[in-house]
Amino acid sequence: MGYYFKKVFLIAAKDLRIEFRSKEKIYSMMLFSLLVMVIFNFAFEPGAEYIKDVAPGILWVAFIFAASLGLSRSFVLEKEEDCMQGLMLSPLDRSGIYLGKVIGNFIFAMVIELISLPFFAVFFNLSLTSALPPLMIVIVLATFGFITVGTLFSALSVGIRGGDMILPLLLFPMQVPVIISAVKSTGLIMAGSGIDTYSQWLKLLIAFDIIFFVASFVIFEYLIEE
Amino acid sequence: MIEVSRLWKSYGPVDALRGIDLKIEKGEFLTVFGPNGAGKSTLLKILSTIIKPTSGKVNIDGIDISSANEDARKRIGVISHKAFLYGNLSAKENLLFFGRLYDVPDLEKRIEELLAEVGLAHRANDMVRTFSRGMLQRLTIARAIIHNPAIILLDEPYTGLDQHAARMLTNLLKKLHTEDKTIVMTTHDITNGLEISDRIVIQILGKIVFEDRSSNQTVESFERVYFEKVGEGK
Amino acid sequence: MKEKIKTILPYVDLPLIILALYMVFIYAPTDSYMGDIQRIFYFHVSFAWVGFLSFFCNFVGSIMYLIKKERCWDILAVSAAEIGIAFCLIVLTTGPIWARPVWGTWWTWDPRLVTFLILTFMYAAYMTVRNAIEEETKRARFAAVIGIIAFLNVPLTYLASHLWRTIHPDVIRPGGKWGLDPAMTATLRIAVPAITIFFVILLLRRMDLEGMRDRVAELKKKIMKEA
Repeated sequence: MGYYFKKVFLIAAKDLRIEFRSKEKIYSMMLFSLLVMVIFNFAFEPGAEYIKDVAPGILWVAFIFAASLGLSRSFVLEKEEDCMQGLMLSPLDRSGIYLGKVIGNFIFAMVIELISLPFFAVFFNLSLTSALPPLMIVIVLATFGFITVGTLFSALSVGIRGGDMILPLLLFPMQVPVIISAVKSTGLIMAGSGIDTYSQWLKLLIAFDIIFFVASFVIFEYLIEE
Repeated sequence: MIEVSRLWKSYGPVDALRGIDLKIEKGEFLTVFGPNGAGKSTLLKILSTIIKPTSGKVNIDGIDISSANEDARKRIGVISHKAFLYGNLSAKENLLFFGRLYDVPDLEKRIEELLAEVGLAHRANDMVRTFSRGMLQRLTIARAIIHNPAIILLDEPYTGLDQHAARMLTNLLKKLHTEDKTIVMTTHDITNGLEISDRIVIQILGKIVFEDRSSNQTVESFERVYFEKVGEGK
Repeated sequence: MKEKIKTILPYVDLPLIILALYMVFIYAPTDSYMGDIQRIFYFHVSFAWVGFLSFFCNFVGSIMYLIKKERCWDILAVSAAEIGIAFCLIVLTTGPIWARPVWGTWWTWDPRLVTFLILTFMYAAYMTVRNAIEEETKRARFAAVIGIIAFLNVPLTYLASHLWRTIHPDVIRPGGKWGLDPAMTATLRIAVPAITIFFVILLLRRMDLEGMRDRVAELKKKIMKEA
């Protein structure tokens, strides 16, 4: 068991090392996330009061778009020199490959989101310091939920001609529960409401995370094995 | 020792393998020739546990690979015309990664030895994406044998290599052969394939249609047999 | 046996559908508040139920395919998904026709409407993936993965959009009592099986069609080989 997790982390660490070294992905995801926030700003009246109501939505659209940009590249890495086959040849169980990729993608998305967050506060003139701890819980839960299905579909889409076009079609409808829950709870947290007002959303996020983590974990092997 | 019996693989209506029987002794070097679409790659992928057969059995040293393929995988090293290496990692980092996946003991030392053996010691810390095709193939060999596998499977390893690199590959394979490794290779390259192997088979449309010891054949005689068999299959 | 069912089913369903039509348009009383437009409800509910049922069939086909790797399960999955999308589109069309005069709006973000809209999107993506893959076993495998994940998402999508906002008329009132006139309930009880059998007929035909396509492909290959 210890061996299993050691190798899982090995795969995640390998992914992070490659991505942080080439920086291509981190820059494009970062810029994309910021651009979404900026572009959305132009869609509304400058300085309007209702901007505070739509801000959580904009934040999550930015996060989810940026994360799906990253996901679309996740398995391209394994495809270029057929490294996926190299991983499948190793004595590690196939589910370990999935787990490693999930951890890598999750950490990567979290980094992007944490860097974007201060920009969000500045652009929308919000003070997030007091809301930060509960907000972090929402960000972790929602990002994890997004990444579990996202990693599975990312592995699927690299196997398809024109897969990078198809990935968003698969991902976005799947993420509706995550988006609704994340936006609602972020809104409530930023408005200073207590945990009892958004605990149902957190429960929904936890349910989503568990269901799709387990399902993807089991299905992954069937997906990659011919 | 590898024993393949009545191996069958279908992709929907397409039968890639139609009943393959093979027995490869320990330390033997077998080369599988055949035109494109003969199912050679499928055969090797099944042997390396990447693909599950539709029916039939593969035993490696008495282990049925369908039941215990994690044990089987430790005994197998695979070299294909794709490298299975990450371009944005250095040669050493790549070998460290794969070595750790296989729990190779004393890894640093093993990597040093291997890199020296394939003549890449001076490029150990360079990114793999800067390597030429020939260098990449040599590093691929190092990657494939890092866990000291008893069985080495090669899928068209000569594809895309120039003569010099092909020569080097042949020499490396000869060396591995003397180390008592069991080797199975698929190739189109009759000259090289015949030279280094003990036994040769021709596979056409998912079946083995010809089998002989390499020493019984010259390049000319084997070419004649090969084209005759491929002609029949069409 | 199977062939027999296939021949008999249309003869069972035809009178049932005629009966359902009679009940929907003549027997059932006109709703005092909504008027005649309420009659669309019987079809709307029946198609919604069947749309859901067909995605369930897709889910079962998908799981069975991954376990058994047999073509017949993939045939079930694809046939069910296609019919499901068609029925979802009917639901999404009849819904607004009903909503416009009653709620004064074509579209509302009601949880059931949202769920059906998202379902339609998910299975449209499912079909897109199928169309993008040539190789039969890979297509079946990838599609099965999506089919399973998409179906698991249905309750969560419903729950999320339900918590989000709700103004849909609840015909089944809390406590399990029907909030409908007995004649309306009786009409619904005929309309639902009529449409469900209609779905089974479609599904069996669609599966036959897929089988015939395989056969044609096989024959084509044979001819090509001989030529």
